[in-house]
Amino acid sequence: MPPPAHHILSVLVENKAGVLARVAGLFARRGFNIFSLAVAPTDDERFSRLTIVVDVESAPLEQVTKQLFKLINVVKITELHPDDSVERELMILTVRAEGGTRGQVIELVQVFQGRIVDVGLGELTVELAGPPSKLDDFEDLMRAYGIVELQRTGRIALPKLERQVPRLRSLGRVG
Amino acid sequence: MKLNGGQALIRSLEMEGVEVIFGLPGGAILPVYDPIIDSPIRHILVRHEQGAGHMAEGFAHATGRPGVAMVTSGPAATNIVTPLCDAMMDSVPMVVVTGQVPSVAIGTDAFQECDTIGITRSITKHNELVTSAQDIPRVIREAFHIATTGRPGPVLVDIPKDVVDPRNPRSQMDWYWPESLDLPGYKPTTRGHPRMIREAAKLIAESRKPIIYAGGGIIRAGASEALHELATLLDVHVVTTLMGRGCFPDSHPLCLGMPGMHGNYTAVTSMQHADLLITLGARFDDRVTGRVSAFAPHAKVIHVDIDPAELGKVRRADVPIVGDVKLVIEELVKVIREQGGADTPPDRSEWHRRLDDWRVKHPIHFEQGWGEDDKLKPQFCIETLRQNTPEDTILCSGVGQHQMWSSQIWKFDRPNSWVNSGGLGTMGFAVPAAIGAKVGQPGKTVWAVDGDGCFQMTAQELVTATSERIPIKVAILNNAYLGMVRQWQELFYEERYSEVYLSPDLPDYKMWAEAMGCVGLRVEHPDEVVPAIEKANSIDDRPVVIDFRVDSEEKVYPMVPAGASNDDIILGPDQGPGGH
Repeated sequence: MPPPAHHILSVLVENKAGVLARVAGLFARRGFNIFSLAVAPTDDERFSRLTIVVDVESAPLEQVTKQLFKLINVVKITELHPDDSVERELMILTVRAEGGTRGQVIELVQVFQGRIVDVGLGELTVELAGPPSKLDDFEDLMRAYGIVELQRTGRIALPKLERQVPRLRSLGRVG
Repeated sequence: MKLNGGQALIRSLEMEGVEVIFGLPGGAILPVYDPIIDSPIRHILVRHEQGAGHMAEGFAHATGRPGVAMVTSGPAATNIVTPLCDAMMDSVPMVVVTGQVPSVAIGTDAFQECDTIGITRSITKHNELVTSAQDIPRVIREAFHIATTGRPGPVLVDIPKDVVDPRNPRSQMDWYWPESLDLPGYKPTTRGHPRMIREAAKLIAESRKPIIYAGGGIIRAGASEALHELATLLDVHVVTTLMGRGCFPDSHPLCLGMPGMHGNYTAVTSMQHADLLITLGARFDDRVTGRVSAFAPHAKVIHVDIDPAELGKVRRADVPIVGDVKLVIEELVKVIREQGGADTPPDRSEWHRRLDDWRVKHPIHFEQGWGEDDKLKPQFCIETLRQNTPEDTILCSGVGQHQMWSSQIWKFDRPNSWVNSGGLGTMGFAVPAAIGAKVGQPGKTVWAVDGDGCFQMTAQELVTATSERIPIKVAILNNAYLGMVRQWQELFYEERYSEVYLSPDLPDYKMWAEAMGCVGLRVEHPDEVVPAIEKANSIDDRPVVIDFRVDSEEKVYPMVPAGASNDDIILGPDQGPGGH
């Protein structure tokens, strides 16, 4: 069986206690694992945005999405297609970097445009932001040197901006 | 005006027009019970919190207005979980207020603490923990708005003690009543999409074998008149689901009755052969569809529901319409009239002949023998009860065989006259629901048809009924078994009867009824049925319980076995041969 596709849901919710539990509960009820989840208030502090990545087939996801929308505190749901959205994720990781390998690690951090944020005697802590696939690649490379600890934020995403004939579209929306 | 939270809560309920609260006090909710003494709101003291919840549901079923229940924290809150879930499944508007331990004690495993909000999250339309006394009017107003609009459902408000206790400064608030609501994520769509409505009219105009599949949504939306207009305008037959019984009158020649697992042959088979299902406020429940892949295989589907999540959930709709079913039907009627669609319908005479033929060949049927040794048939009791009760009687039932027989045999001619637990299938629903229905409709006769198994689950609420002078009538169809389970064991488990025998005499239902202040009667022979019902009808100052000793071996037919196609409907003896 091929692995089910990643689906990215961007969910605008009221910034209130318990809302995350309501959202998570709808996935848990069906036994769907949430792959990653990022939550933070939006520019309007009454609302928060959840970016949820789930691995499920489209049909059940559509039903969950409809159920999500029934939650009183959920304002808006958008499914973001990876091709039509900008995704970013932040990772910090501590990697072994003793004597001989220290230079190699620093070089790789530079290649990936990461930053070294903490330095120990035999270890470095690195910060790296970017598309999730870039983080995956970096993680794979660092594994060879010995990852001590690693934390990723889960992805956040926004839809890509329209670049085609915006005037026509906006005209269409008038009235 | 300064009030404390308890006063503000009662005042808010008064502002919402609440006439009656079903409840039972306890530690955490104590401060709210004090201002009840000074309020015009009637409080009905139940004997178990589950009873309070089902009474609130019964009240809502019978009146269309939200039922209200109030109980304390911890075990009281968990006791009302079943009615909440029941109301969620059957879209019953209900507001439940639960006490909670003081804010500082939440999460400490305090005495009678439980995570009420967490426990009830998935079985309420919405729930909210009140964190400040000042929020009480807003939260109550929102609760009633959410419970009664869109797809109705239960809303729970959890109130920590410190927020309502006048001895705690945190309970002080400045009274206000919110003029408007701020619910940015809650805007139910009520108007159907005009293009979709035109599409629906087009499908109807082309259909040669249409069926209207009407559900409980018709009753919740108050759409019975609109449905009547649509069905008669089009001359299209109507099936009414278990939750929709009464939404279209059984006495109307276009009414085919109940479809589904124990539906009648014509209702079930008409859907299997239809080329169009005009689905109005129904949700393709598994008890209606049987095996989904074999359900109504030739039918295109128009599906109207206020809940967008129902559209396409089970069966793909050719024309999905989100909206209030009453408004949508009214628009649809208008469009059909404008297009003159009803004037020149396709020839449906052959279809009508087939439907009539099925109705004649396969009616719901039973035999009541009158000999000395003939056993009393439960269906006969229900039929006789119907013939000897006022036309506007409200019938309540529990869950199981007696529920199915009631739905099959009783003639429902009005919406809100049938009160039962459809989705959750809650045994013990009948007695408390009947009490709630009678409180909401004191001028109407309210009968509960109950099973002996169901009755034993919530019978103690008859004490509530007697002490509050709520004269309901209960007909126990006592077959000494958990009858529906027994039926399945007989048919599908090689007659291996596992843990289903209950005994006809233990408890002694007549004595039990009398111990609870009711009049208790017993009926063992068909001759005694009418006199007992007449006796019950003559009593209006206390509840009456009739113990009908019925045939244990009687089964509910027709039946579509679980997971089977509706084409494989099993008819009972004397219901005619199967096949089409």
